[in-house]
Amino acid sequence: MWREIVFWLCAAGSVITGVAVFRVDSMARATFALLASFLFAAGTVLLVDLTYLGVLVILMMIMEMVIMVVFMLMYMMNPAGLMPMTMVHNQKGSLAIAIGTFAVLATGIYLIDWPTSSAPQPEDPTMALGEALMGPKMLMMIVLGLALFATIVATVVLATHRGRYDRYGDRLDRDRPDDPVRGGVGR
Amino acid sequence: MVETTAWGVLLLPVILGLFAVGAAAFDATLAARAAGVAAPRSAALAPLRSAAGLLVQQRRRTLAADTLLWRAAGMVLLVAAVLASLVTPLGQWAVGDLSAGVVWFNAMEIVAWAAVWLAGWGANSAFGLVGGYRFVAQGLAYELPHMFVLTTAALGAGSLRVADIVAAQQDLWFVVWMPVAFAVYLLSVLAMAFAGPFNHAVSSDVAGGVLAELSGVDRLVFVAGRWVLLVSGAAMAVPLFLGGGSGPLLPDWLWTLVKTALVLAALVWAGRRVPTIRMERFEEISWMVLIPATLLQALFVSLVVI
Repeated sequence: MWREIVFWLCAAGSVITGVAVFRVDSMARATFALLASFLFAAGTVLLVDLTYLGVLVILMMIMEMVIMVVFMLMYMMNPAGLMPMTMVHNQKGSLAIAIGTFAVLATGIYLIDWPTSSAPQPEDPTMALGEALMGPKMLMMIVLGLALFATIVATVVLATHRGRYDRYGDRLDRDRPDDPVRGGVGR
Repeated sequence: MVETTAWGVLLLPVILGLFAVGAAAFDATLAARAAGVAAPRSAALAPLRSAAGLLVQQRRRTLAADTLLWRAAGMVLLVAAVLASLVTPLGQWAVGDLSAGVVWFNAMEIVAWAAVWLAGWGANSAFGLVGGYRFVAQGLAYELPHMFVLTTAALGAGSLRVADIVAAQQDLWFVVWMPVAFAVYLLSVLAMAFAGPFNHAVSSDVAGGVLAELSGVDRLVFVAGRWVLLVSGAAMAVPLFLGGGSGPLLPDWLWTLVKTALVLAALVWAGRRVPTIRMERFEEISWMVLIPATLLQALFVSLVVI
């Protein structure tokens, strides 16, 4: 019983804060409304006893949104939130896409014959879910993880403003790196 | 064995609050001694006096402040700091014994990132915003070593459950064979509570940073949240590295309190001894020294476990 109440609270909270993202007129509020929406979604994950996944969603989303708010303020129009702004663009098109997606997903929920199981709940639901999702495809998942990590490293290397040749000279023979900011290791 | 207790929900904030007041009093005494006050012990009551003062102080307003986010910051910080201790066992009792307790603790610490940034942003003051951004940079610097350290302790026990980590230290405390992890843990606890040498976000060179415009009850709640966060971090060091409640003669809940008090006192003392560290400086140390060190420690522990 309490699970259903909490679920509906989380679901409603998630939708309301999700709507708020597009209604508020400040970038900071929009970002933290989105964070609240994610946290409500994490609540529903916790409800199905996937403790590790639910807590991890909370952890990652907070980190992600705090970093995101820095970039949102940097790049978006009216960063200070002092003047009215709107988060909505291409209203008609996005409205059509949103209603269409919602209709497809909602009909899918009611049309699919969801399987039921009388098997007892596994001791470690997170482990069981992970094996069900990735078990047979573990090799591919590992390769994918490596590729993603390599992409991150490559992006940072390409984007970095100052490389080791700037810091240690063309022959890499400087004892101390030439950095604009003093301090840190070795100085 | 750790058992969960429902009444602990009522007791936990009280214990954390007492520890926080004690830590603040100790800190004030150290500050008074450093300032050369004749009777430094009399300064111990200064935090309570200033708390009472803040309670009756009228709120200072700033132009075009984002009041909602600004007020939320302090409350979020305080609530998260208390929730972080939800999984910390007091002897053999804990309020919640989550299967991913260590991850929960870390998630609640991370809330401080959002809270401090919001406190800096909400005031619509340049100094506050500088402080807020400083803390985000600081968070990025300490979080990775901190995570690796938590992982190392979990590795040693083979479980993310805090009770299992305590049980794994029956014979040998983790601090003995994971000294690097313990040291980095204490360092990152100071950094996450922006206390001691890591108080760049609230330092005097930016007129108090995120605290610059906070006044009245808002300031009290925020500062209290900061102290409770430090207490939560210090308290977690006990089950992670110091064998939880194990010890001779005394009951295990008393040992937990004694160890927590010792760790907390050491942290506050270190914070008073070491000057503020600039973030751009610590960032490099964190990436070049702390992360490799913690990774090597984790490697060592996993080899031993295997």
